[in-house]
Amino acid sequence: MAKIEIKNIRKDFGDFNAVKESSFTIEDGEFFMLLGPSGCGKTTTLRMIAGLELPTSGEIYLDGKEISQLPPSKRDIAFVFQMFALYPHMNVRKNLSYPLVSQGMPRAQVKAKVEEVAGILGILDILNRPVGGLSGGDRQRVALGRAIVRDPKAFMMDEPLGALDAEFREHMSQELRALHDRMGATTVYVTHDQLEAMQMGDKIVVMNNAVVEQFGTPQQIYDKPATMFVADFIGSPSMNFLRFDGALDEGATSVDLNGQTLAVPKQLQGASGKLVFGVRPEHVMLSDSGNYRGEVLATEYLGTTQIITLDTPNGELKARIDSAQLAAIGEKVALNFQAPKITLFDETTGLALRSSLNHEVLAHG
Amino acid sequence: MAEVTLKNLSKKFGKDIGVEDISMTIPDGAFVVLLGPTGAGKTTTLRLISGLEKADSGEIWVDGRNVGKETPAQRDMAMVFQQYSLYPHLTVRDNLAFPLKSPILRAPDDEIERKVSEVAEVLQISHKLDNKATALSGGEMQRVSIGRALVRDPTIYLMDEPLSSLDAKLRTDLRVELKRIHASLGATLLYVTHDQIEAMTMATHVGVLNEGRLVQFGSPRDIYENPNSIYVAGRLGLPRINILPVDVFGNAPSGTTHIGMRPEHVSQGDGLAADVQRIEHLGDQTRLHLIVKGHAITTIANPTVIYEPGTPIKIMPKDPLFFDVNGNRIR
Repeated sequence: MAKIEIKNIRKDFGDFNAVKESSFTIEDGEFFMLLGPSGCGKTTTLRMIAGLELPTSGEIYLDGKEISQLPPSKRDIAFVFQMFALYPHMNVRKNLSYPLVSQGMPRAQVKAKVEEVAGILGILDILNRPVGGLSGGDRQRVALGRAIVRDPKAFMMDEPLGALDAEFREHMSQELRALHDRMGATTVYVTHDQLEAMQMGDKIVVMNNAVVEQFGTPQQIYDKPATMFVADFIGSPSMNFLRFDGALDEGATSVDLNGQTLAVPKQLQGASGKLVFGVRPEHVMLSDSGNYRGEVLATEYLGTTQIITLDTPNGELKARIDSAQLAAIGEKVALNFQAPKITLFDETTGLALRSSLNHEVLAHG
Repeated sequence: MAEVTLKNLSKKFGKDIGVEDISMTIPDGAFVVLLGPTGAGKTTTLRLISGLEKADSGEIWVDGRNVGKETPAQRDMAMVFQQYSLYPHLTVRDNLAFPLKSPILRAPDDEIERKVSEVAEVLQISHKLDNKATALSGGEMQRVSIGRALVRDPTIYLMDEPLSSLDAKLRTDLRVELKRIHASLGATLLYVTHDQIEAMTMATHVGVLNEGRLVQFGSPRDIYENPNSIYVAGRLGLPRINILPVDVFGNAPSGTTHIGMRPEHVSQGDGLAADVQRIEHLGDQTRLHLIVKGHAITTIANPTVIYEPGTPIKIMPKDPLFFDVNGNRIR
């Protein structure tokens, strides 16, 4: 198994810059997510690790060995595509055996290995079936099996669940994660689905416009976003941005929004101009007392919680509150914010301002 | 707007059941969402009501009138499809005006103009009225196609997964917008989706379909808190409800074979020993995946406890739901 280090890799397609100098490290045994919207460079990054694209510059280390210019076959990395590519004329067993037979592995050993892997995936009973008649889930399991039989150092997966419907996708994502927990193989997984990334990943790299925006654990990225893009992309509903003009000094513990003083984590850098007060919906509380007020525009029931959309002097805001709490459309309510969870941003650069909340996370990424 | 009533509606496609014996009333001004997986009969129900399909048996009543023999045009319903179908060579304004110029409606010009600008206002596309339909983003195109339904004053709006081809962010915005439109127009809406979030957040009434049958009809809260079967319980709620054989925890009314516990109805502290398998930090909540006597259970973490895989905890059901051998609720 393997540790993968990415150092300043860059990829240009002609004049188009697909990935700007990016660096991050994937530790041995991690389930690592590359997350971002379409066209952000996440798949290109994955393909460079697998050797399907060669980087324009930069280095990739697999267990300390530089592999960025090696062909895919010399890297010992298995790739699972979104569209499970199986040989339609072969049965399941032959599909699974193929990568081993082509390596020249003895027949008895192939049989043992295929059965071991089929056991892990729970597909022993369909080994002799043609792949044509299989359900989507079983096809996906066979495709995974073909990657697993080779005992590669790492797995690369490019939206492997993207083609499945929502319900089945949830089921397969749990199965995939449980499989990873049993095998402990380093896995790099590309997705544009933030919930999938949060649910499955040990670490996440968030990419946008060819740039790594942030790199960290799901909790770090959610609680301490480094940029407005990350804050907006992660979480549903996403972080609220209350925009204001103002200035604050280093060491400040509050900001002034429309004449109301709101507490924030201790700021470690001063800033002025167009600023943004970032607050997650679950850190907004509706109450009777308080001077920062908003009007309820809409309520959305979600079972245990509900989402309240409010109109505030600084724009629309969403709050996630207990569904037992009453909120009527048109009602004017006071809003309180959980001060220790607030992130301030500079709107011009889109970057988070350093504070006692996030300085450790921002320092390394 | 109108009240629409379905009586024992059935439709087969060859041997396959489309819908079977569906009866329900869509009250005037209601926002009814039909929820179910692919193949449950949602779209078929919609197409039967609109007249795009003919029922094998059963009746459809609109405001006390049996419309079974009427053409789609006579039924005067407005339909929005999943894939926006706009006239690419026309501007947004002309696309919106088009239904009003139909030979049946033939609205006067000043009324068309008033109606188009009113709907554009509601959908927040006023500034794009003179754009070509092709020069719009996906979300704007879907808003225009919803707008084409809204310019008319039909008996009911029928919408077939209108948001499912849009990205997550836009869906969230349009959800709120549709609810606002419904409230401000006092319109009657029948909306089909497989997305439980849409059903929960927008509906005044949810109808849950399974294999062509309507298995429960009620408010979202009612369906979430009082499902009448395992199937319905599993349709609403994320993470999904935990269904366990009754002998795991015991202590249930006679006839119970399974109990259902929503993740928030697993109390920690006393009870059976559970192994923590995995901890999912989702930001707004942390989910725990547990194994109890060989059964997987998902629950929500207690924010004051620090968990690690292997942390020993004890759990017990809090207000579980009881189900019999057929998956029906025992109350």
